[in-house]
Amino acid sequence: MSEKPQVKSSPSFFNNPRNRSLIYQFLLLAGLVYFFYGIITNTLANMEARGIKSGYDFLFTTAGFDILMSLIPYDATYSYGRTFIVGLLNTILVSTIGIVLATIVGFLMGVAHFSKNWLIRKLAVAYIETFRNIPLLLQIFFWYFAVLATLPSARQSLSIGEAIFLNVRGLYLPGLIAESGAGFVYTAIGLAFTAIFFLARWARKRQNDTGQQFPVFLTSLGILFGLPLIALLLSGIPFVWDFPALKGFNFRGGITVIPELMALALALTVYTGAFIAEAVRAGVQAVPHGQTEAARSLGLKESRIMKLIIVPQAMRVIVPLLNSEYQSLVKNSTLATAIGYPDLFTVFVGTTLNQTGQAIEIVFMTMAVYFVINMTISFVMNRFNASVELAERN
Amino acid sequence: MKQLTSVIATGLALSLSLSAQAGTLEDVQKRGNVSCGVSTGLAGFSQKDENGVWSGLDVDVCRAVAAAVLGDASKVQYKPLTAKERFTALQSGEIDILSRNTTWTHTRDTSLGLNFAGVNYYDGQGFMVSKALGVKSALELDGAAVCIQAGTTTELNLADYFRANGLTYNAITFDTSDQTRAGFESGRCDVLTSDQSQLYALRIGLSDPSSAIVLPEVISKEPLGPVVSQGDDAWFNIVRWSLMAMVEAEFLGIDSASADKAKAEGNPSQKRLMGSEGDSGAKMGIPAEWGYNIVKQVGNYAESFERNVGAGSPLKIARGLNAQWNEGGLMYSSPVR
Repeated sequence: MSEKPQVKSSPSFFNNPRNRSLIYQFLLLAGLVYFFYGIITNTLANMEARGIKSGYDFLFTTAGFDILMSLIPYDATYSYGRTFIVGLLNTILVSTIGIVLATIVGFLMGVAHFSKNWLIRKLAVAYIETFRNIPLLLQIFFWYFAVLATLPSARQSLSIGEAIFLNVRGLYLPGLIAESGAGFVYTAIGLAFTAIFFLARWARKRQNDTGQQFPVFLTSLGILFGLPLIALLLSGIPFVWDFPALKGFNFRGGITVIPELMALALALTVYTGAFIAEAVRAGVQAVPHGQTEAARSLGLKESRIMKLIIVPQAMRVIVPLLNSEYQSLVKNSTLATAIGYPDLFTVFVGTTLNQTGQAIEIVFMTMAVYFVINMTISFVMNRFNASVELAERN
Repeated sequence: MKQLTSVIATGLALSLSLSAQAGTLEDVQKRGNVSCGVSTGLAGFSQKDENGVWSGLDVDVCRAVAAAVLGDASKVQYKPLTAKERFTALQSGEIDILSRNTTWTHTRDTSLGLNFAGVNYYDGQGFMVSKALGVKSALELDGAAVCIQAGTTTELNLADYFRANGLTYNAITFDTSDQTRAGFESGRCDVLTSDQSQLYALRIGLSDPSSAIVLPEVISKEPLGPVVSQGDDAWFNIVRWSLMAMVEAEFLGIDSASADKAKAEGNPSQKRLMGSEGDSGAKMGIPAEWGYNIVKQVGNYAESFERNVGAGSPLKIARGLNAQWNEGGLMYSSPVR
């Protein structure tokens, strides 16, 4: 900003453009506040007049219904407030899985688009064009009813070594039950990550200072597996396997991945992955070809050209696009309601709303949650964007 | 500055607007049709045929009200609603009546700003299982996966029943009853639970109806009936008595074929219901022949029942609890006098 010109003769308070704009803004704000105040009080008065209950007391009353999948302890005796948390965690789970996998799929397919191999290139194009152009709801139904429902029944499960089972009820994996001494192993895993973080920092600094390189990746891999392994052996392997076994109607024990989660995560991944692939393609194409040629003439290897020249510049285009794809994915996860995956929308805006009938409170809470989640994504992605942006001199 | 004034004016107008709840009858008469919330499609209760004509036991309640108020049973505007949408649609005044296999419960009656105008079908929750499982009783269902429709009383009853009997289960919750059937057919769940009337309707929709059986246990009371908004007693009365007129007509032995005769030369009770004696219509602010119009155009309760869910329909449900009170059922109308 340049310096403001100093006006010596100020005519009157109201003719000062600065004061005037402040007054207008204040009046507009007051009007808006009054507008929303009016809507809220009017709604409350009308609800009262019609005998509709309002308020958030229902959050503390017993829910009385069960939820298929919960990351925290839950049964029908918990409160409606608890159903909100259960639904929220399930939404976060499927969104996180979707974002991670869609990013991987999207980057692979986006890069495959530039492959010199004809088949790979055409496969990437076919993937992008197919899944980008089919409504997501249809894709969810496709994965759920057409693909997963063709799996065998519980009694004819596909199995790998009597430890992993796959059937129409879901994927059953062996679980680990921690015994005393497990804390030692968890500490070792934590230590390994901390060590890798500092190692990477040190290696970068050393390269910046001296130009010498250090094999960070291989060393990290060694630390990540070596340290917990040593801890595991020292503490006498404090874990036992919990294998799933067929009892009565269903498998019990181990970890169950329900087919609703698989179908929804798959659909979100494949659908959003196609858009991310396009974003990656746009980013790579936005880097002028002269950059590659210049790098080659400096004698850089092809792999280093990609890593040091193309990707950092492409990221500037990709990251803002990624941000909106991630946000769409979170919002699209509400389509879970179509196949009964117990996300926030299904559990809270579905069942809880119906049992309590308090539509306004529940819809408001749910909108607030999606707003906060997406603002968080936006915040993180903007920080990331700032780190890849062109460093300008100001 | 002008825009600012208009913003404030809009705000004022909104905050001053009052509840326009009372006067549903006048609205209906002015509009010339009854706006009625029904299901998105449930065999026997509310379903649309290939010509777009709605029929069913719940639909007949809407038609009876239209016949009583407007003299023409066809003047109904149907709004298909999911279980989740139904109460909001009624609360917001989008529909005049909700007739959508809705269970009369304490919470709904007291805290949602609604009134149940009566019961047009006494139901109870049951279980449907695949025959191949060899299950004979619901008590053998420990550990089963259960398909269920979201936002219904069945979800709560199911949890209560399994908890009371110390059984475990997985609830797989779908949005519509068609999706629960698809889930059941694909083998995602062992059991489909719903009101028994719906189970029979869903079973007909299976690709092989004989592959599934309905278990004998009935685990809940489900009185289903039409619902109106609280605070409009005149409209509440009309809906309540339209339903009662159908039940009363059956009790008095009047059906759509004999309505003309009962009106002209029936006994005093028959004549009062048909409107040729007394002023029952005037008291409700509707035509004197309201009862005659209902019976002539929609039929009495027995006709409606047999046509939609009973012997004359694919569902073949017996009258059971829904028989007249003097034939072992619960259908009882207060006298029209």
